[in-house]
Amino acid sequence: MTVELRELSVSLGGVDVLRGVDWTVDRGEFVGLVGPNGAGKTTLLRTVSGLLEPAAGTVHVDGEDVAALSARESSRLVAVVPQTTHLAFPFDVRRIVEMGRNPHRSRFSPPTPADRAAVDRALAMTRTAELADRPIDEVSGGERQRVLLARAVAQETPVVLLDEPTASLDVNHQIETLELVRELVAEGRTAVAAIHDLGLAARYCDRLLVLADGGVLARGPPEEVLAGGTVERAFDVPAAVTTDAITDSPAVRALSPAVDPTELPDAVHVVGSGPTAVGILTRLDALGVDVSAGPVPAGGAVAETARELGVDVRTVEPFSPLGRADLESLDGDVDRAGATVLADLEVGTGNQLALETLADAAPALVVVERRPFEERNHAGDRAAERYGRLRREGVEAGPRGVLEALVRVGGASAGRPPPELPDEPRPGDD
Amino acid sequence: MDRPTRTLRWSAGLAALLVAVVVASAAVGSVRIDPVTVAKVTLNAAVVPSGIEWTATDLPAVEARPTATYSPVFSFEVPDAAATIVADVRLPRIALAATVGLSLAVAGTVMQGFFRNPLADPSIIGVSTGAAAGAVAAIAFPALVPFAGLHLSAFVGAVGTAFLVYAIATEGGRTPVATLLLAGIAVQAFLGALISYMLVHSGDGLREAVVWMMGHLHASTWGDVRFALPVALVGSLVLAGFSRELNVLLLGEEEAHHLGVNVERTKLLLLALASVITAAGVAVAGVIGFVGLVVPHVMRLLVGPDHRILLPTSALAGASFLVATDTVARVGAFSLPVVPVGIVTAALGAPFFLYLLKKREVHAL
Repeated sequence: MTVELRELSVSLGGVDVLRGVDWTVDRGEFVGLVGPNGAGKTTLLRTVSGLLEPAAGTVHVDGEDVAALSARESSRLVAVVPQTTHLAFPFDVRRIVEMGRNPHRSRFSPPTPADRAAVDRALAMTRTAELADRPIDEVSGGERQRVLLARAVAQETPVVLLDEPTASLDVNHQIETLELVRELVAEGRTAVAAIHDLGLAARYCDRLLVLADGGVLARGPPEEVLAGGTVERAFDVPAAVTTDAITDSPAVRALSPAVDPTELPDAVHVVGSGPTAVGILTRLDALGVDVSAGPVPAGGAVAETARELGVDVRTVEPFSPLGRADLESLDGDVDRAGATVLADLEVGTGNQLALETLADAAPALVVVERRPFEERNHAGDRAAERYGRLRREGVEAGPRGVLEALVRVGGASAGRPPPELPDEPRPGDD
Repeated sequence: MDRPTRTLRWSAGLAALLVAVVVASAAVGSVRIDPVTVAKVTLNAAVVPSGIEWTATDLPAVEARPTATYSPVFSFEVPDAAATIVADVRLPRIALAATVGLSLAVAGTVMQGFFRNPLADPSIIGVSTGAAAGAVAAIAFPALVPFAGLHLSAFVGAVGTAFLVYAIATEGGRTPVATLLLAGIAVQAFLGALISYMLVHSGDGLREAVVWMMGHLHASTWGDVRFALPVALVGSLVLAGFSRELNVLLLGEEEAHHLGVNVERTKLLLLALASVITAAGVAVAGVIGFVGLVVPHVMRLLVGPDHRILLPTSALAGASFLVATDTVARVGAFSLPVVPVGIVTAALGAPFFLYLLKKREVHAL
């Protein structure tokens, strides 16, 4: 392993910023450091780089105790890419990259061929060679970040630390920067980056370390770490974690905590189609509501989302009509749930009887529409009549207003026992 | 053109300029002397160490102390009067101007890099004010500092002030640059009050004290040069050895640490050397402003911010600049008995700095 923290505690100005962190990073890994502001990400990076001394515990890089090393020695093991750099006097890009060789050079000797080769390689790898003669204050933010990365490359250290390398960049430059880090890791270097954007962290990092309140909240591969409420616990905000269909990596969306989750019905059943139903399912699940769904066509977006979230879902073969068992199951789900959401359902001849069953759910029924019903109705006037009745008897809401509507109908279904609060998870529990 | 070649060419060009300025300066004055004679006298004045002589001392424990002896390298035929004027009157003053100009320009370059602030100058942590306090004390209350002459008193005041400011700003082994700057301002304000008090009570010494504080080179001797030049040369050479650290420190202390610089030790060393060479210059020549501020700026515009080329070129340019301005002070205004050179540097330097500022060549903080 290249980086090893044992029982690491660091205090700044008498405040414990990190408490008893145990952590190891293997060679050739790209580890993302995530967590809210003030969680200790930067402090951890600064301690690994030897800038801060541990109050207790140790940091080893390549087997060396970093706190015992001189700046020169530690800078041969660890390179740091800052978020940005401020220069009162503008150097040209090549000089900046050459500074990466500083730890390797003796005071009076001119640069060796190895120094020159390292600088040229770093410029080529980060595609900054064409900027080499430009002053650093005349290149764009994204280019500047590549120059700082080039400097770290020229430093030729086994470990590269990056402190929010993408925080001030446009999205295209964020991706470009992280792709470059991946290239470094592919060369066998170890990279540890504090990254604000959980989606980017999940997409590019091999593993994540979630810090919250000075301790480790979770660690492991992104899809494991981000599932299971870690994000909610770390950031203290409801969040939805789904799989991004394009990058096939976890996508994280923090949700507005405008509605107090405890006021929502304990259990909600969702019937619907398309993105509207997917969104509602995900948000309700993220808020800790016991959600069930169906009947929906197997393999569709709603069924897949439900399966990923671990939500109870009743699926039917696509294009086949609902059978008696399906309708009874729906009836049961609606009875059990404190409220039911009808979300942009595509109505066909096969499933229009579901509308009949849903009439039982009113008044604890929220009808959510994004697409006009006429576009979704493939079953003629009879279905339109049934749908119209649900609209009248239930509560209509837009896709954004669904939580507020659920709070209202949740209140309407009085007589339910008050919701039991789940035990508050404690930060620091792994 | 790679950097070493550029450094060499700029330095050679500026060295040639310095020689030209020195010869021209030695030629002009109340008596005109042709430049060839000046060159001959100058070469005659050049000496090399030729041995060590032991001279008896008054101290009880030490019987003799070593003194270096020097022998001349050249012996050109020159008129006696010209030789005396050039070698004994003009050259010491010119050599001292060059020495002080070099010291201030090098120290200014280092301080601007160290503080990452284009408005820093050699006196930013109170070196000049400390020197002034020491000098005014020696002039106004000679009884207070009986052990030392004016130079030593000024030098001790300068170095002592720098040390005091550094000690005040250091806490737990770290010396934040901002604290250093503010501590410097506070200590300078206090010393300013002290100086004013001493001036009020200085009686007959008032005029001498004021002239000293304005910066002066009119009474220069070879002894002054022997005091300031070795400090300036050794200090500047060591500082030049830290050019790369100075470059890296421009990125900020945290990045410098990550690039292998022992930040606190390097800061202490840079600050100490820059303060000592400033102190040596100020002790013999008084407070000469704007050289250490303007020369590094102009050179940075010409050669860029890299200290490996900036330091040697600033040193040479600073020397030329002060020799030239002192020539103006000496020759250009002979209706007045003495124009302190500090008045000329400020009168030329301040408008030039404003010009740079308006042209946005000097960047805002």
